Amino acid sequence: MTTAAAPVRAKRVLPGFTLSLGTTLLYLTVIILIPVLALVLKGAEIGPARFWAIVSSPRAVAAFQVTLIAAAIATAFNAIYGLLMAWVLVRYEFFGKRVLDALMDVPFALPTAVAGLSLTALFSANGWIGAWLEPQGISIVYTIWGIALAMAFTSVPFVVRTVQPVLEDLDPGYEQAARTLGASELAIFTRVVFPQILPAWLAGCTIAFARSLGEFGAIVFIAGNLPFKTEIAALLAFIRLEEFDYNGAAAIALVLLFFALVLLLVSNRLQAWAARHRGV
Amino acid sequence: MQAVGVMAPGQSAWVPRLLIGVAVGLTLLIVVAPLVYIFARAFGEGWQVYAANLMHPATRNAIWLTTITALIVVPVNIAFGIAAAWAVARFRFPGRGLLVTAIEIPFSISPIIAGICYLLLYGRQGLLGPWLQANDLQVMFALPGIVLVTMFVTAPFVAREVLPLMQAQGSEQETAAVTLGASGWQIFTRVTLPNIRWALLYGAVLCTARAVGEFGGVSVVSGNIRGQTNTLPLHVELLFNDLNATGAFAAASVLTLLALVALVVKAVLEGRRAA
Repeated sequence: MTTAAAPVRAKRVLPGFTLSLGTTLLYLTVIILIPVLALVLKGAEIGPARFWAIVSSPRAVAAFQVTLIAAAIATAFNAIYGLLMAWVLVRYEFFGKRVLDALMDVPFALPTAVAGLSLTALFSANGWIGAWLEPQGISIVYTIWGIALAMAFTSVPFVVRTVQPVLEDLDPGYEQAARTLGASELAIFTRVVFPQILPAWLAGCTIAFARSLGEFGAIVFIAGNLPFKTEIAALLAFIRLEEFDYNGAAAIALVLLFFALVLLLVSNRLQAWAARHRGV
Repeated sequence: MQAVGVMAPGQSAWVPRLLIGVAVGLTLLIVVAPLVYIFARAFGEGWQVYAANLMHPATRNAIWLTTITALIVVPVNIAFGIAAAWAVARFRFPGRGLLVTAIEIPFSISPIIAGICYLLLYGRQGLLGPWLQANDLQVMFALPGIVLVTMFVTAPFVAREVLPLMQAQGSEQETAAVTLGASGWQIFTRVTLPNIRWALLYGAVLCTARAVGEFGGVSVVSGNIRGQTNTLPLHVELLFNDLNATGAFAAASVLTLLALVALVVKAVLEGRRAA
């Protein structure tokens, strides 16, 4: 805060610069950078021709397709559900609101394997919800819908928690002005409120999408893991490892890593845009 | 200011009611039902079966391995989180923004990719593989690998909670302490630590929950040796694949309880911070 405008000399008044920065860089290098570098080096070692052959093999393409489609379904659902939750939690007062708010952290806190186990049992033919859906001809478990369900569960807090603070900080003046001018509630939402939360909402959806692409623990339980049908990319990489096909695993992992880093950049841009929007 | 939208004249009451109803309904279906179902199934065959499932040597071993992992990872992560927050929030240096992004990287990388990275580094065919074998060091398919990959996955948790708080608080108090002749350690223990203690505790709780529940990364590096390198989440999968659903739910219930404790601590701390 104050350091921004302070002269260069003043910034080193506090002790521990070398120690804290040194520790941080050392830890990041050993724990994050070197392992990621090992993956990139492995990818370089494979060579472009073989890399392309691995990544464009029918089974890999099918796995990427399943992953992308399921993540898109999950994100589309969370875009609506997450926005609804953020809106309800910020704008209305009702009994049990604090519990509902706390429940939005459950997917963060609950281990993904536990979520996967429970969702699978719950939506299978003899589970509470599956027993009711299966007779209507709706199968969730061992289909792409199950994968999307697991992804939606694990990534919904990202949308809620990104939109919620922005919605809380909105200046009520614009809405009041619109209301005074006779705008309907729907018009106020679509023309006044929504444009203001749009950057944060998009950022939240991007993070949720990225998280869905990388999700593994919850999905292996519910997907059934049939090659070409319900096999996700992360699982295919895992299977390649178990077959000691390290090149195959590394190539698929690199594609997922590339997606993750691009989405991280996009969400950072969106969040910077959202921050400018809020005038922070 | 929140009441503005609600109390506005001319707004019919059914819109808020409908929206709240849909939100609560969906949350019951997607979040609450899975949570309740875990306990319903874990206790479905009675208390005795539940206790027997938890007392099974393989399950006890998995609980123990998970506990040890968390006991190593969380303190290291706290130290890293404080160091990172101190460096970023208290000093200006080139590449500072890049450093913040680097800390956040594990959030966007799938744990399974992290596991593959570690295998390619420390595995038998990995970059350091030959050297490790020559020195008879076992990292993969053993505790060190599990700990390392868990450190990767949980690296941002403490820093992310402490950093924004330290940035918001500014450095006036610490600078004043320096002026008054306090040593670095005194400043840290008497000024900084009391200011950040709740954020630190919250970050540590989140980090613990994540460390205990890590699945994808650990499943790559653990080798899944029953009774040896099987952490609790991996054990849940193993029991599920063994078609021992009740046993899987019993093991899962332990993890769920930990997650619920983390959430309660979070709610309490948030109330305290708001106060």
